[in-house]
Amino acid sequence: MPKLNMVQAINLALKEEMERDDRVVILGEDVGKDGGVFRITEGLFDKFGPERVMDTPLAESSIVGAAIGMAAYGLRPVAEIQFMGFIYPAVDQIFSHAARVRSRSRGRFTCPLVVRTPYGAGIKAPELHSESTEALFCHMPGIKVVLPSTPYTAKGLLISSIRDPDPVIFLESTRLYRVLKEEVPEGEYTVPLGKARIVKEGNDMTVIAWGSMLHRALQAVEGFDAEVIDLMTLSPFDEETIFDSVKKTGKVVIVHEAPKTCGLGAELSASIAEDAILYLKAPVIRVTGHDAVIPLARLEEQYMPTVERIRKALTEVMKY
Amino acid sequence: MPEKIIDSFHIRRLDILDEKGDADIALMPSLSEAYMRRMYELLVLLRTFDQIALSLQREGRLGTYAPVLGQEASQVGTAFAIEKTDWVFPSFREMGVFLTMGYPMHMLFQYWMGDERGISAPDDLNIFPICIPVGTQIPHASGAAMAAKYRKDRIAVITYFGDGGTSKGDFHEGLNMAGVFKLPVLFVCQNNQWAISVPRERQTAAKTLAQKAVAYGFEGIQVDGNDIFAVYKAASDALKKARDGGGPTLIECLTYRMADHTTADDASRYRTKEEVEAWKTKDPLLRMKLFMEKNGLWTEKYQKDIDEQSKEAVSDAVKIAEAVEPPKPEDMFTYTYETLTPRQKKQIGDL
Repeated sequence: MPKLNMVQAINLALKEEMERDDRVVILGEDVGKDGGVFRITEGLFDKFGPERVMDTPLAESSIVGAAIGMAAYGLRPVAEIQFMGFIYPAVDQIFSHAARVRSRSRGRFTCPLVVRTPYGAGIKAPELHSESTEALFCHMPGIKVVLPSTPYTAKGLLISSIRDPDPVIFLESTRLYRVLKEEVPEGEYTVPLGKARIVKEGNDMTVIAWGSMLHRALQAVEGFDAEVIDLMTLSPFDEETIFDSVKKTGKVVIVHEAPKTCGLGAELSASIAEDAILYLKAPVIRVTGHDAVIPLARLEEQYMPTVERIRKALTEVMKY
Repeated sequence: MPEKIIDSFHIRRLDILDEKGDADIALMPSLSEAYMRRMYELLVLLRTFDQIALSLQREGRLGTYAPVLGQEASQVGTAFAIEKTDWVFPSFREMGVFLTMGYPMHMLFQYWMGDERGISAPDDLNIFPICIPVGTQIPHASGAAMAAKYRKDRIAVITYFGDGGTSKGDFHEGLNMAGVFKLPVLFVCQNNQWAISVPRERQTAAKTLAQKAVAYGFEGIQVDGNDIFAVYKAASDALKKARDGGGPTLIECLTYRMADHTTADDASRYRTKEEVEAWKTKDPLLRMKLFMEKNGLWTEKYQKDIDEQSKEAVSDAVKIAEAVEPPKPEDMFTYTYETLTPRQKKQIGDL
């Protein structure tokens, strides 16, 4: 079985879905001949042609807006927004329309599209190339938010997202694109949306993370008997897997790169408090990015949760 | 080196039917008498619908409503050119487009009475629900047209917006994309002169809205929006061009919003009576009536009959709409996603 990095795995998912289903088309900036600034769509323009891999004008709102019209017409568009920091002009289309087409039309029209965008810090990029604002999208009913942490799950989750009947925001960690290789089978397999994955079983505490932070969490738990959950689908998230684990361990640490205030950790923590507080033996601790505008390269390591900060939280919950 | 003029443009303006009801025969689209009667009857039906919607709102039987008064010819005239397989992306004031396409009238009342089921188009009508955020429907039209082009379907897409909508970024992005990909779209701008209280002059310093198309590489044309023949001709030509692969067109229908922006607005705060009075002489129904009369297609009895038929049709529609069972509380969840989330299931249980 070939070992692929996340770029290759996502590319393979796109290629296979386009081969399987002629409704799948790609649109975005530089996705054609250039293959995308991260080369995610490399080779697809040559293989499928300009009708299916469309370089659009530099206009995020209408990349998503046009994808909405395509989806309503019966296609399965996969739109690429070059960086998550550039998705904000398209948020109007995502919130005001993609999230609501099914509801507003009472199911007469639907919006099966995927908006792929790279997120996160750690690649020494200019401003607004390092955003991790997934919680904004999790707050909006009608869309799903998916965020893979490995090449294998990235391929399976993207295939599920393309086939999903509703709009999916698919966030790809820039830092993970090329650092990690694993066996990724060719051909069809899916990783279901709405299900988390227990990466490591354990008894003393539950650590919940996603994307690049999952790997820091896995480093941090060395020496602890921790259960580590990769959330994968951030909205709607898998309550069952979380609660089952919390009921077993009674201690929770949540790790995310996004700022703390109103981050997804707040929702997870509140949900645990509502449904499983009687099982808790310690306060739920969040290890997150800071409540600051994400800094440029010189300070980005200090901004993000580090292995040391995560270990501190693990040590803290073990005091109870 | 001397400066050169590398490009210049002109904007066509189309007028066929004047305020006295006289039509320019050379420009007249070919329409049978039955067709012209049908057009007039739809104008009357639309005005009746509009008036009754307003009175229902005042009685508290209908929510906030955006009246059509004054814009009937722009809506009926363009919608007459739409074919069954075309796709339509309206804004929020296009009740005339819905009615001309044969949308069930009671569903429109149902919608304005606060029940979303009313805006769920029947399967044989490709009309999107009304769009509240101004101009944001424009890229959807370009996207649907991209899909149609990819599918090699010989259809056109038509989208409606106002003079205010032309100031939005999505207007630029949607038209720009249509120009770049030469998409089969007709962009209909109903320039009704007012975006709530902000006059057309505050939307752009350009002389016409039609000329904005020039920058996107396709034709923009201005028509007298109260002249149903001019509107129809421009729209049918543009839709045919789109279906034939000739690309997009922008039509600016120069018209006037005779009523308030919505039932929640009071237009007397920002515009003069004299201005509104002056537009009354340009009324789209009046000039069509005069034309019909001059051509032996109109009698007092005919008018009485269609007035009565319209009132009856509208009143029947209101009765049906008011008799519809209210939606169930759990209906608010049903169409969020194709299937309910576990959390939604719990919330339904808590209702």
